[in-house]
Amino acid sequence: MIVEIDNLNIAFPSATGPSLAVRGVSLQLGAEKLGIVGESGSGKSLTARALLRLLPGNARVSADRLTFDGIDILTASERDMRAIRGKRAGLILQDPKYSLNPVMTAGAQIAEAWRAHKKGSRKEAMQGAIDLLDQVRIRDPARVAACYPHELSGGMGQRVMIAMMLAPDPEMLIADEPTSALDATVQAEILRLMEDLVSRRGMALMLISHDLPLVSHFCDQVVVMYAGRIVERLAAGDLAHATHPYTRGLLSCLPTLSAPKPRLSVMRRDPAWLT
Amino acid sequence: MIEVADLRIRFGEVEAVKGVSFTVAAGSSFGIVGESGSGKSTVLRALSGLNHDWTGQMRIAGVPLTRVRGRDFYRRVQMVFQDPYGSLHPRHTVDRALSEPLIVHGIPDGEARIRRALTEVALPQTARFRYPHQLSGGQRQRVAIARALMAEPDILLLDEPTSALDVSVQAEVLNLLADLQTRRNLTYVMVSHNLAVIAHLCPALGVMQGGEMVEQLTTEDLRAGRIAHAHTAELRALSTELEEA
Repeated sequence: MIVEIDNLNIAFPSATGPSLAVRGVSLQLGAEKLGIVGESGSGKSLTARALLRLLPGNARVSADRLTFDGIDILTASERDMRAIRGKRAGLILQDPKYSLNPVMTAGAQIAEAWRAHKKGSRKEAMQGAIDLLDQVRIRDPARVAACYPHELSGGMGQRVMIAMMLAPDPEMLIADEPTSALDATVQAEILRLMEDLVSRRGMALMLISHDLPLVSHFCDQVVVMYAGRIVERLAAGDLAHATHPYTRGLLSCLPTLSAPKPRLSVMRRDPAWLT
Repeated sequence: MIEVADLRIRFGEVEAVKGVSFTVAAGSSFGIVGESGSGKSTVLRALSGLNHDWTGQMRIAGVPLTRVRGRDFYRRVQMVFQDPYGSLHPRHTVDRALSEPLIVHGIPDGEARIRRALTEVALPQTARFRYPHQLSGGQRQRVAIARALMAEPDILLLDEPTSALDVSVQAEVLNLLADLQTRRNLTYVMVSHNLAVIAHLCPALGVMQGGEMVEQLTTEDLRAGRIAHAHTAELRALSTELEEA
């Protein structure tokens, strides 16, 4: 197991006392693809960020166990965390527009990540960057390496992000809504690319998304979160047999091409789901 | 109700829309799907009067649209945007946002209209004196829809109205749009990248790619797979592939 989370709680102080954003989340992750699904505010991103200790300063984290490959994240020094972040666990964010440095070329950014973790000359690093761009199936890697982020399309930008995350050969990839900002055709390509890289390199993948059908298509296991809790866990293939009313509700309120309905069903939220 | 013929729009060297034609009957809906940069939003913006630099013909209820349009046009045609956080003034209350179209168009009886509008989009009356940041994403989009309805338009132009919303909220907003259409006999033109959302609300749609409308078909044909163009087939395959997962 690379990641073990047991009874994770994340709270934020508020005027009326601490408000719990993540409550009692437990999960394990080995070399597999885990999907975390939930709507805005369900705590899915916080759970993933807690693993890298990248939470806002006022967050209060507690857990019975929160480890990355045996390292206790709760007590690890900042120095130990730096060895995990990026090097052993990469994080891919939603919008490449905001997560790439606008005044550095794509190649220079990847080379920087490569050098920070692998050491080596500038020349080697740039060659490494071009190899990585090739691995994420960019047709003309040398040209793209010389481009600035604004010269790249959304899909290309996301590939550059993925290439940068792959530079230090991480054991785990956390992808937080990696394709929400992309077109459907590009989305499919990026996911296929991630799937391919993850299985080829034997990495663990944590894919965070609000899109239940998409996640179940690309992951092995799916965890459904609601209001900071895990309400259901299922094997990706069993999505059709989901039992929790929230999961069923999420599925039935999606418009589909194959089964037209005059009205979409609306989620009736049961207060009992919160307990 | 809406007739667009050979609409062309260019931005400098780039021709963003290359001769698009479609018609929409009164009380019906027309969907435009396509990927980013296909020109779908540009068509909508020209129709709404936000872009004056176009050539071709556009008619609404038989009347040709000119570059400069009268106040009546801006009352009859209203637009709802993708991101309700961006399209509502952060320092104006819901009440102020809803009053503005009434003042602009000199419509009397504001008090009762605002109360009715809030009920119509299923917002509580208490939301009236809230600011946008105090509302959820779905509630904000309802305010944007209520604001568009204040001037009693005939046509609503919807630019990705549900893309920024969670799926459960998307369902509520789509149901609301369907209800409003039957109640007020509105004509919709909706732009989205989500084929399933378009198919749900619109009986007919056009597929855009690289500035051209490469195919127009009915939703029924789309569902049955009677498709002529490869791009439509590709979009449909991606949409159904995930459903069957």
